[in-house]
Amino acid sequence: MLRRTLMTTAAAGLGLAILGGSAALAQDKTKACFVYVGTIGDGGWTQAHHTAVMKAQEHFGDAVEFQWQESVPEGADSERVMTQMALGGCNIIFTTSFGYMDPTNAIAAKFPNVKFEHATGFKREHPNVGIYNARFYEGRAIEGLIAGRMTQTNKIGYIASFPIPEVIMGINSYFLNAKKVNPDVELSVVWAYTWFDPGKEADAAKALMDAGVDVIAAHTDSTAALAEISKAGGKVIGFGQASDMAEYKPSPRVTSIIDDWSPYYIRQIQAVIDGNWTSEDTWDGIAQGTVGIGEFTGLPDEVTKEAEALRDAIAAGSYHPFTGPINKQDGSAWLAEGQTAPDGDLLGMNFFVEGITGEIPQ
Amino acid sequence: MDFGGINPVILVASLMVAAVPIMLAALGELVVEKAGVLNLGVEGMMIVGAISGFIAAVATGSPVVGFLAGAAGGAVLSLVFAFLTQVVLANQVATGLALTMFGLGLSSLMGQGYNGIKPPLTGKVPFGPLADIPVLGPILFAHDWMVYASIALVAGVWWVLRATRLGLIIRAVGESHDAAHALGYKVNRIRLMCIAFGGAMAGLGGAYVSLVRVPQWVDGMTAGAGWIALAIVVFASWRPWRVLIGAYLFGGISVLQLSLQAGGSAIPVEYLSMSPYLVTIVVLVIMSSGRGRASLNAPAALGQNFHAAR
Repeated sequence: MLRRTLMTTAAAGLGLAILGGSAALAQDKTKACFVYVGTIGDGGWTQAHHTAVMKAQEHFGDAVEFQWQESVPEGADSERVMTQMALGGCNIIFTTSFGYMDPTNAIAAKFPNVKFEHATGFKREHPNVGIYNARFYEGRAIEGLIAGRMTQTNKIGYIASFPIPEVIMGINSYFLNAKKVNPDVELSVVWAYTWFDPGKEADAAKALMDAGVDVIAAHTDSTAALAEISKAGGKVIGFGQASDMAEYKPSPRVTSIIDDWSPYYIRQIQAVIDGNWTSEDTWDGIAQGTVGIGEFTGLPDEVTKEAEALRDAIAAGSYHPFTGPINKQDGSAWLAEGQTAPDGDLLGMNFFVEGITGEIPQ
Repeated sequence: MDFGGINPVILVASLMVAAVPIMLAALGELVVEKAGVLNLGVEGMMIVGAISGFIAAVATGSPVVGFLAGAAGGAVLSLVFAFLTQVVLANQVATGLALTMFGLGLSSLMGQGYNGIKPPLTGKVPFGPLADIPVLGPILFAHDWMVYASIALVAGVWWVLRATRLGLIIRAVGESHDAAHALGYKVNRIRLMCIAFGGAMAGLGGAYVSLVRVPQWVDGMTAGAGWIALAIVVFASWRPWRVLIGAYLFGGISVLQLSLQAGGSAIPVEYLSMSPYLVTIVVLVIMSSGRGRASLNAPAALGQNFHAAR
């Protein structure tokens, strides 16, 4: 809160300075604004967005003005923040969490001249709203392969946040690709019901390890799970999530899914500058560089080679993590032999695949 | 010896660790409330303690210095509250809430540049062969020293409040500040010291989060533990040993629900997640029924400012 006040004061001061000095220059500048759900120091999701913003700032230099606000709660508060940004002269506003979906569309209706970009959602109700996401399930497939190869106990774990398609997709991809190389593998899912609560994330990792799990993937935002895993003294491994989490190299962090939004941000801001921005539904993956796979560390050579091959196959489009035959958890057929999952099925995914024992909380 | 895929020994051992931060913070708040002050800024003092302790531990390489600095950080922040409520007589509820927000912002500012650093490890107390005793070993003899210190602090606070002159004075100030004032006690000064003690305990709890439980610094990492500590004080009806039980119950249920999930239990997650709060409501209902407010044991002057006008 103090920081918010400080930022407002700073912004007011900046505004005064601009009024006094070069008002015309400020008008010409494109302004890109970002709404963050966490803090830029969370070590994960928000930090990844902010790193991309820093890269974009470096790319554009003085041509573009950047503004961001941290720790914006999903819901009514975010509408207020977006309104403020739109009134404050932002030309394009990126809202970087699933829960901003409805607020983004509501505010976009009021400011038709401002472009809005919403991350990880599925609603585009106005021509000035674009949506973007990353195919994180491609990274999950690689984590699954490593999990299947590396587990000694045949028990692998997943710390899940909320039962939304994005997360369920990741769980299924992780499990399917682990099972492909290790048919005996069993998956334990723990629902933490939070994106960010380091204490709880650590407890969840501990609970999984107590249950005999020795490979843990996390779908929460901080590095707490890896910190807890590192206490196990090398018997348990995990993965970096959203950011590289390189401080846990070479083990327990054996690779990571790195969100790199910078190519997308630079492309879209450039489009606003050029005046040819259009509303799009962008879903990039490993091939476009939005999903980065961190360096493989602390793995046997043959597993590293296999994981690299899988990464390259996904990037080249020759392998899809969801390739049939795949049945749903209840045994009904989903994908036929050789069929790959349509994007629509993935984006609305609300079922586990066959072989996962737990249930999705409703 | 497993029940539903859960080893009860490991469960008890992990809940003892999970409960330490909320237990320390609740114990501090208990003393503050016993002196008649309601400080809702526990969360803010915890998070400032967490970063103060983290910075000191990283700088010196000593977890002990870290814990001391965490306590000092929490105490310094609580003095802001003490000044506002005891000297200029501001409203305690509003000041406490403001303190939480201020603490969260301040800690984030202090923590710039401390992300992704690992603090020095707080070692387990070496009990030697005792730790290998089945069942009792992992529960009693395999923790870091803060776990034992926190239990000792509960005993200490209980003894001071119950059996010493100091405890009597604190309770007198909290039950009737006018009477205490008439007897010649400096009400606001005593309250100020209790607030500082509460801040130090909250800071200690925060430092435990950043140095042991999640050994790293992340913005906003206490994630609501301070509010749970406040609830535990009421749950414990202002009695130190019940704070211990309350903290173990809350810590226990949060660990248990994750363990049940990991063990593949069929109980829906939602029921497990809300169970600590359900238990609190049930206990509050039981405690406040029948014999009325007296059985709740709330200090009579709780939340009222004192000004020596006469």
